[in-house]
Amino acid sequence: MDKIPILRMGPFLLVTIQVDLYDRLALNLETDLVNMVHKTGARGVLIDISAVSIVDSFMGRILGNIASMTRVLDAETVVVGMQPAVAITLIELGLSLSGVYTALDVERGMALLQTKLGSDDELIDDDADNPE
Amino acid sequence: MTSSIAQFLKKNKARLLDTWTQKQLASDTLRDDLMTNDELRLQSDELVNLLVKTVNDDNINQIESSSFDELFELLSGISMSRARQGFSPRETGLYIFSLKEAIFELLQQELSSDPVLLFQTVLKFNRLLDSFGVVTFETFIKGREEVIFRQTEEISDISTPVIQVWDGILALPIIGTLDSARTQVVMESLLQKIVDTGSSIAILDISGVPAVDSLVAQHLIKTVSATRLMGADCIISGIRPEIAQTVVHLGIDLSNIITKASLASALKHAFSMNKLTVKRVESEKKVL
Repeated sequence: MDKIPILRMGPFLLVTIQVDLYDRLALNLETDLVNMVHKTGARGVLIDISAVSIVDSFMGRILGNIASMTRVLDAETVVVGMQPAVAITLIELGLSLSGVYTALDVERGMALLQTKLGSDDELIDDDADNPE
Repeated sequence: MTSSIAQFLKKNKARLLDTWTQKQLASDTLRDDLMTNDELRLQSDELVNLLVKTVNDDNINQIESSSFDELFELLSGISMSRARQGFSPRETGLYIFSLKEAIFELLQQELSSDPVLLFQTVLKFNRLLDSFGVVTFETFIKGREEVIFRQTEEISDISTPVIQVWDGILALPIIGTLDSARTQVVMESLLQKIVDTGSSIAILDISGVPAVDSLVAQHLIKTVSATRLMGADCIISGIRPEIAQTVVHLGIDLSNIITKASLASALKHAFSMNKLTVKRVESEKKVL
């Protein structure tokens, strides 16, 4: 059975979804990811969905769930590389993924996580998308 | 004289074409500015050829029969192309009806000895050519509608340009009312441009939107949320005082969205988000 690899990168976890997620796979990813955050004590999770072309409401909810769960474990989640069609679909489904940070690509997602992590104390900052 | 019609047509093909062409050339609806006479002749030639090939005594009474399909197709093509070239419906209609006159004239010469047969044949042709006229008209209107539809699409595409105002900053001036279809276009072009340019900030300028009601606001919020999902920030600018008033009166919550009064202040905000500064260059010969 397919498994989505979770890579460790310093204090962050990197997940690159290269296949279209079906429900079972998404659920497994959720479990694996939460376990992994717990085990490694990661401070940030970066999920790259640039290769995902189809999403449904379930997948949207899973993403939201992952963000909430990791937040409980004191890690931020950034979703990067969403395709325009995917974004439009999610909005039309009424899922705006509030609470999930987003970035254009992996590079900017990493930078975002780093500023989030590096400047816990100086949150006056430049990221106006920080909803507090 | 059973196979008379097919025979008649075959025999008189050349004359028919001549008569028809002369009629067209003599007509005051001739538009040699839109179509050269050669082209017209060629088109007529094709039509007459097919007509002669298709029509016979068996099917002239059954206009719906499938043997006319090819003929109707050709007629549709002619009519459609005329619609695009800018012929008026009258001119297109008369084009077909002048064929009727030409046929009648020849029939009259041919069958002058037998008035009853002449009348019957004329009646048959009349019915056939009238249905030609109807087909011509239908497709003419369809052609015009296509032109209008294309123009509407073009206008809606043109009226929502996505402009890169700075490296990493996009601006999207929206002009006209924002309805669902428009929002879709706006959203798609904006998101695609974000991907293409890797921009992290989009400024949605609504100074050209005449009124903002709850539906328009909902569309705006949708667009902003979609850009956020992509990982870009969205600033709404160009909010006129009356729009601010209606938004508040309608109880629309825009507090999660960065809003600015003018495009200039939105741009300024975008600069500061990207840690850019714009400075006036000190003049060289400042102090003497």
